[in-house]
Amino acid sequence: MTQNDITTKLISLAAERFQQEASTLSAADDLFDRLGIDSYQALELLSDVENAFNVEVPDYELQGVHTFAALAEVIGRRL
Amino acid sequence: MATEFPVEPGNPTKSGNPAQPERCMEPERLYAGEALSWHLNEDTLEVELHRKPCNEIGTTALRELEALADVVRQGAHGARALLWHSSVTRGFSAGADLQELYHGLMDGGLPPDGLAADARKLAEVRSFLDRIHDAFNAFDQAPLVTVGAVRGVCFGGGFELALTCDVLVAEQNARFAFPELRLGLVPGFGGVPRLRRDVGNAAIRDLLLTGRSIRASRAHALGLVSQVVGNGEALGIARMVAQQAARFDAQTTCKAKRFIKTLPASELRQEKDLFIELLASPTVARALKKFVESKDLRPYLP
Repeated sequence: MTQNDITTKLISLAAERFQQEASTLSAADDLFDRLGIDSYQALELLSDVENAFNVEVPDYELQGVHTFAALAEVIGRRL
Repeated sequence: MATEFPVEPGNPTKSGNPAQPERCMEPERLYAGEALSWHLNEDTLEVELHRKPCNEIGTTALRELEALADVVRQGAHGARALLWHSSVTRGFSAGADLQELYHGLMDGGLPPDGLAADARKLAEVRSFLDRIHDAFNAFDQAPLVTVGAVRGVCFGGGFELALTCDVLVAEQNARFAFPELRLGLVPGFGGVPRLRRDVGNAAIRDLLLTGRSIRASRAHALGLVSQVVGNGEALGIARMVAQQAARFDAQTTCKAKRFIKTLPASELRQEKDLFIELLASPTVARALKKFVESKDLRPYLP
């Protein structure tokens, strides 16, 4: 799975979770600002991501991760 | 204010005889408080957590948990199972009410050297811990089967409440964590001794020392959760677990539970001592102040 594939899937998951059009989201978007989510919602997204990719991402690996592309990198390391 | 239905907490039935509760076809609402409510659903006493934003446990919740513990000690209205669930969108419980803790501790300002010299405040917290331990121990050792339906956030004190349950059913979106070390504390509601009772050291140290959260399937793999179910399904599945457990002979169930689930009493006492020792440090005062005054929308992320 390429980084692009992971990013596309992440955007799709986020769009579904927060009822947004996937086509309006891009890899470089700050996912917190763009989605307007709080910590509870971020944790919901994290569960969706872990379940969809069947990976485990400890919260502390998400320090400094703000974009879909950066999140895709973290997930890619665990696939 | 709590709305009391026909039966008040501590007075399990109108007749005062917990062995022969009144029954009818419709679920009988027994208590409706600010933080939790309970009613009988056939043989199950169902407890709903419903305090927004996410069932934070402070003095209001404590009073109502104590009332429920009294009901459980007096026979739980004849119920054979106790089922916990949350009707709050964000999840099961985010844990202790840190706003209340902070304002209770810091009403005279932030002491630069911590709370070590303030014996009165430390005694108040110790009293709170003693009371919540009494209630949680009553749930833990209740002579009936206790089932938790968990979804969303199950952090800190909420996780500690869940750990009193015999069986946990978690939705896929459930997440469990002990973030207390971020505040310079350890869990104080009995979480670590109960976790040590249930899972291995690798999981305990990972959860406690990193403060990370784990999803339901990981909790299942660790042996914390009995079943992982689809989002929105936990309450229904938990009801079936409770109904099934209620089919067996009550005395046998009680004896089996006593055999397989002992109270880690000594560790629970040590945990309270450690919590108070840590609470006295300036680290906690600063961390609580930072948490409470933070405008960050994402306080639960590292």
